[in-house]
Amino acid sequence: MTKNITKEVLIETVGLEKSFGSLKVLKGINEKIYKGEVISIIGASGGGKSTFLRCLNMLEVPTGGHVYFEGEELVNGSTDLDLHRQKIGMVFQQFNVFPHMTVLENITITPILEKHLSKADAQAEAMELLKMVGLEDKVNEYPRKLSGGQKQRLAIVRALAMHPDVMLFDEPTSALDPEMVKGVLQVIKDLADTGMTCVIVTHEMGFAREVSDRVLFIDEGIIAEEGTPEEIFDHPQNPRTKEFLSQVL
Amino acid sequence: MSMSILDVLIQYYPIFLKGALGTLKFAAIAVFFGSLLGSLIALLNLSKNKILNIIALVYVNVLRGTPLLVQMYIAYYFLPMAFPILEGLGKTATVILALIINSSAYVSEIIRSGIQSVDKGQTEAARSLGMSAKNCMIRIVLPQAVKNILPALANEYIAMIKETSLAGTFMLYELMYTKVLLATKYLVWQPLFIIAGIYLVMTMVLTSLVRILEKRLSVSD
Repeated sequence: MTKNITKEVLIETVGLEKSFGSLKVLKGINEKIYKGEVISIIGASGGGKSTFLRCLNMLEVPTGGHVYFEGEELVNGSTDLDLHRQKIGMVFQQFNVFPHMTVLENITITPILEKHLSKADAQAEAMELLKMVGLEDKVNEYPRKLSGGQKQRLAIVRALAMHPDVMLFDEPTSALDPEMVKGVLQVIKDLADTGMTCVIVTHEMGFAREVSDRVLFIDEGIIAEEGTPEEIFDHPQNPRTKEFLSQVL
Repeated sequence: MSMSILDVLIQYYPIFLKGALGTLKFAAIAVFFGSLLGSLIALLNLSKNKILNIIALVYVNVLRGTPLLVQMYIAYYFLPMAFPILEGLGKTATVILALIINSSAYVSEIIRSGIQSVDKGQTEAARSLGMSAKNCMIRIVLPQAVKNILPALANEYIAMIKETSLAGTFMLYELMYTKVLLATKYLVWQPLFIIAGIYLVMTMVLTSLVRILEKRLSVSD
């Protein structure tokens, strides 16, 4: 790997817990995510992968422990959550593009409203981003005219328009038709290659192996095993990891 | 020899026309301002603050659980007494105010369900981008909610057209008031059938317009 992973911690969780009612989904997760790292999170459904990811930008408010982003506490912190979230991009399984806005407006609305960019500047940048993902000819379309793969690429550049320091992907290809998956994964890989810190919850094991610097296996609310893709996929130590991989590979 | 319904309609059509326009106007005023006030009540209802929730709940239940005519009488006699400022507005204003407040209770429930009908993924996406709660509500949630509730709001307008008939009791010039005007000419039964016919035509025309609107909106999904 020629990649440049620094020793600078971008996100740190300490004893992170999350319960929904009496159901304890996260049971104390301690993890450091370094700037420039690409991390894949794998594991069975219901194990807590997505919940962990959603705690990193406070879409789920943890019921215990701490989340530090760029050194600042996000849980019950007095910090301005909106400002932090601008630096934490997120891509959802169901795309969540804004259906009442054109492709261009989807991208420009938040930079204009929250970063006070001029409309012209925001649009110029949006055009660059759309070219990057091959959507420049869709600029004035409404999302209902887009395929699932195009919606997801739109969602990715919408997040990038805020110039985030990290991108969180929550099963970005799980809702896509099979023929759309490759294009979206390529966009994520290109992004990872630029040095963007990425945390990816995924069921695409081949992709996780190819793109990741580190793989986390989350099972029953804890990180049951972590390591390089080779360590996890070729020489898993934990019996739970072995069992999971034997079922999905 | 009493006049036929047609004779009455031909002879007094300007009176009926003015009444019908009054009805459409009062219903529009009630639903428009009722929507503004209703939005506020809906936000109180959806707020995380328990006290605001209770205020909204009591407001909606009292207004939906008591007859509009009673509310109008209270507005007509009591409000100018309790709030002398309202006296300058005149009696007409107090009755229209009662219509607006009554409508706001129904509209707030429509708006609340409209906001709740918007996929929560929309809010999550907006907030994850760093959009403030206020901008998210105004730019992402409400525009989508309004689209979902337009047919229900139009139906509220149709219902309000019938409700405004009560305002004639307080001498507001709407369709029902024409009965009072024509009674002075010893015309009693003919105007009633004409009034009923005009209400029926208005609500049927508007109902079919709402159907067309509903079809249009579902196509764009």
